[in-house]
Amino acid sequence: MSAAMKVRDDDLFRYLLRLGDLSLVLGQRLGEWVGHSPALEEDLGLANIALDLIGQARLLLGYAGEIEGRGRDEDQLAFLREHGEYLNPTLAEQPNGDFGRTIVRQVLIDAFQLELYERLTASSDGHLAAIAAKAVKETRYHLRYSGGWLVRLGDGTPESRARMSSAIERLWSLTTELFAEDDVDRAMAERGIAPRLADVQKAWSARIAALLAEATLERPLDRPYSWFGKQGMHSEHLGYMLAEMQYMQRTYPGARW
Amino acid sequence: MEDKHQWPLYEVFVRARGGLDHKHAGSLHAADARMALEHARDLYTRRLEGVSIWVVRSTDITASDPADADSLFEPARDKVYRHPTFYDIPDEVKTL
Repeated sequence: MSAAMKVRDDDLFRYLLRLGDLSLVLGQRLGEWVGHSPALEEDLGLANIALDLIGQARLLLGYAGEIEGRGRDEDQLAFLREHGEYLNPTLAEQPNGDFGRTIVRQVLIDAFQLELYERLTASSDGHLAAIAAKAVKETRYHLRYSGGWLVRLGDGTPESRARMSSAIERLWSLTTELFAEDDVDRAMAERGIAPRLADVQKAWSARIAALLAEATLERPLDRPYSWFGKQGMHSEHLGYMLAEMQYMQRTYPGARW
Repeated sequence: MEDKHQWPLYEVFVRARGGLDHKHAGSLHAADARMALEHARDLYTRRLEGVSIWVVRSTDITASDPADADSLFEPARDKVYRHPTFYDIPDEVKTL
């Protein structure tokens, strides 16, 4: 990268991509449910959440493009980056699986985003604080929805309970990454732009523990995990998702409705 | 006997603005009242239609029988004097 191409504030740029990509990728995944949900009402519920998330991604990626200062807008960032340039945590790109697994993924991320956005409303970066203030209201509803289903299915029939347990067991290790502080996270916290991840983790753990208890589900043991999507190292699932998501833009560049 | 494979039906009422009354918006399926509220939010307030939602189990509504319409409503037809149209309204009164 030449000096002229250098991003003005690389830490902030990367941090915004992390937030934006988390919403973008999760929103895209939820969109895959449209037409396939267990009930018409859930179809709309999931699509509503997906649209909130895409809306957040637009704001965050649009701002990231400004910070980058190379003229890339939200669409170029959303649709024209390569696999390793997406900085969402690996958890977000995990396949939907059954409805229960989608709900577990959703609860884990909703609670994370809620604790994060609540704190980001006090960010020293006014633009980011404003985005967080909008997103926090949406996210509160998302967790109400996903948390409600977690409790229903966890404390439900033997079948639903078994599926929820196996989903939590499967996804739990991917939550490690959400709170593993790296240079970008440290720089953001030191500049007062983002909260300390240790604080977010504490609040997240308490929230998740309460929800799991209500759902009569076990909290799995923490396991070390070091394959971090937020540093661009993704599971094999993201590539397939991007292939579908990017197809239109790559086939018809600049296409509009 | 309750059907275990189909969620019960709820009727949804939405208040468009403070001060207005709740109006019937439609119906939906949900496992219980909490879920019905969430579904109602997602189905009937997506375009800023409301500020408040009521849901009620459809089976909890007692409805009049259409077959009784003649005896219930016809007798009111020839009682036009019940409409307050025989009063002179002063010009100063704008909304009544």
